[in-house]
Amino acid sequence: MTLTELCQIVAQWLGVPDAYRGTATQILLALVDAFIIFTFVMVAVLVLIYVLRKLVGFIQARLGPRYTGPRGVLQTVADAIKLLGKEDIVPYAADRWTFNIAPFIVFLPAFLVYIVLPFGDPQNGFQVRDLNIGVLYLVAISSVTVIGIVTAGWASGNKWAVLGAMRAGAQLLSYEVPMTLAFLVPVLLAGSLQLSDIVKAQGEGIWQWNLLRWHDYFGLTTLAFLVYFVCALAETNQTPFDLPEAESELVAGYHVEYSGFKFAIFFLAEFANTVAISAIATHLFLGGWKAPLPFLPDEGWMSMVWFFFKVSVLVFVTIWVRGTLPRVRIDQVMELGWKFLLPVGLLCVTGVGLIVAVR
Amino acid sequence: MATEVGDEIQTTVASRRRDIRTEEMEVSMGPQHPSTHGVLRVILKVDGEWVREADPDLGYLHRSFEKLAELRTYPQGIFLTDRWDYLSAMNNNWIYCLAVEKLLGLQVPEKAQWIRVMISEFQRIASHLVFLGTYGLDIGAMTPFFYCFREREKILDLFEELCGARLTYNYYRIGGVARDVPTGWLDKAEALLDYLANRFDELDDLLTFNKIFVARTVGIGVIPPEMAMDYGLTGPMIRASGIPYDVRKAQPYSIYDQVEFEVVTHDGCDCWARVWVRSQEMRQCLRIIRQCIAKLRTFPEPDFDAPYDPSPHVMAKVPPKPKPKPNDAYVAIESPRGELGVYMVSDGGEKPYRMKIRGPSFVNLSVLPAIAPGHKVADLVAIVGNIDIVMGEVDR
Repeated sequence: MTLTELCQIVAQWLGVPDAYRGTATQILLALVDAFIIFTFVMVAVLVLIYVLRKLVGFIQARLGPRYTGPRGVLQTVADAIKLLGKEDIVPYAADRWTFNIAPFIVFLPAFLVYIVLPFGDPQNGFQVRDLNIGVLYLVAISSVTVIGIVTAGWASGNKWAVLGAMRAGAQLLSYEVPMTLAFLVPVLLAGSLQLSDIVKAQGEGIWQWNLLRWHDYFGLTTLAFLVYFVCALAETNQTPFDLPEAESELVAGYHVEYSGFKFAIFFLAEFANTVAISAIATHLFLGGWKAPLPFLPDEGWMSMVWFFFKVSVLVFVTIWVRGTLPRVRIDQVMELGWKFLLPVGLLCVTGVGLIVAVR
Repeated sequence: MATEVGDEIQTTVASRRRDIRTEEMEVSMGPQHPSTHGVLRVILKVDGEWVREADPDLGYLHRSFEKLAELRTYPQGIFLTDRWDYLSAMNNNWIYCLAVEKLLGLQVPEKAQWIRVMISEFQRIASHLVFLGTYGLDIGAMTPFFYCFREREKILDLFEELCGARLTYNYYRIGGVARDVPTGWLDKAEALLDYLANRFDELDDLLTFNKIFVARTVGIGVIPPEMAMDYGLTGPMIRASGIPYDVRKAQPYSIYDQVEFEVVTHDGCDCWARVWVRSQEMRQCLRIIRQCIAKLRTFPEPDFDAPYDPSPHVMAKVPPKPKPKPNDAYVAIESPRGELGVYMVSDGGEKPYRMKIRGPSFVNLSVLPAIAPGHKVADLVAIVGNIDIVMGEVDR
């Protein structure tokens, strides 16, 4: 029984007139989908924060959380409960309405991107909506975040927050451009904006992933992956591009005045984004839910296992980078974005486009 | 026609630009700020990301040590010194004792001199490790901070075994040191030296020669040699401007004329040069400590069961309440931050009449308003962290 059938039955049980049954089913389905995504993101973030703490602890020669629950696994839950129990402070100088709305503008796109991301083979229903403009949707939705961040910084009525928001605005807008160029490479290769088509176009086996197609695209796709990954780190304010919230310079940047529940939402959005960028990279460059070798099983639930395995590897890399590198300066960020990543991205798109056109 | 349209656009842009009001923003960085190393407050005038003016505002950690010293007898004053520059308390102990010894005209036993030099160099390593770690934190690298503190911990363990304390040692005394080194301590110290030598290379890979770190610090906060002399900078700050001024060589105190080491200099004059000088200085410290350990092995083993404590090998005969003749004395040593000086006046009583501390952090900090303008906010953090201030000593 699929979810659609289940929703139809529920609609019938609720006594919806036949004329509206289709609409009611759609609404119910949307609610169920929203619930599934919410649960998935929550669980993913809980796991991610715990893994991050343990891994960074390992890198930094310390132990990480140990006492809350077995091996400290409940530490994140305890922190979340603590944050929810905190007083919700709105500074006197803040613009109250925008101050309250800003966290949700940041939070929303972090969740909306999951609508088009398959968690496994979409044939088994591991995807909410297989939009035929999937990649375009991703680009559009992820660019909403910057509005929320700038709003948060401006509404706080704090000078450090304004500085952080200005940095965020410059940085996020600049890195949209090369990131979109990097997105174009898998789109060109698949001839489709639909994520399931892009994954299917990557064929069977690790050598046909967009990341490793050296035999027919001379490393241009690998380059595009690197451009994407660097841009994705910048887009999600990860080390070494964590300038908008640079602790040692701007105290906490745009969310310096937020406390309690709203701070938790910023935090949640940041980690949801970390998982999202890894998932997008998995679909566009690492062959999505497919097994690395043709004879390994990747049907049904196994497709989900492969997907999560690949996402975990990429998330590990981001954590590794976080534990290793210092922070770059704002002008260096801009230079890297406009003078290096943009030309390289253009090169990838033109190169791959030419090869595709000639063949 | 085309030119007319162009002119129109230009006038529109110009009038728009007049309408946009811009002003410099005054930001108070500190006293509660993650990277002002304590309670320094810098009043910044920023134009967007650009710093136009930086004015350090001191006094948040003022504890009046100079006056307090006047109210205590000479031996009682030692424990206060631990709290000036809490990252190199041993050096503070030493400079105070040196000043009193000079007033008294006291000769310190040779073994105590070697112990003092060895401990002081260990303290220099510990202090520079804290600098490297916290500076990495300022630049945004979390991990080296933990490595540096792990290494420093091992040095503190040695100190703890020596004198029972980890931060405020109270170990140097007027006329010597409080205790002889325990049995087996020198072996542990020697093992630590080999360990540290490897760790310094690791830190160089991780931080000092990291591409992003180099990009963040090279060409930032340039202090030309003339400016360094004008502002009276000392320590790594002046040596990174290419001037080989080191109190240990310029006016050798204790037994520094008997040990071999190089004065590390660099012509870079920028923040990176100052980090490099400090990281190389730590290696020179290892060299000095090796010589000290070799020399200390030639002295007789301490007898901890003996009725007298401390042993006469490490402690000269000093009355419990020394009363120097009316006189004054200035002494200076090379602390990890630069020339640490004490000027002491005696009126013949059991308490000093006046004590003046020349704190290297305080003098080095004075260069900040001169070099900060024209940098970005992120660079300002890099510059302030690079001066290696300890607010306990700046405010005293």
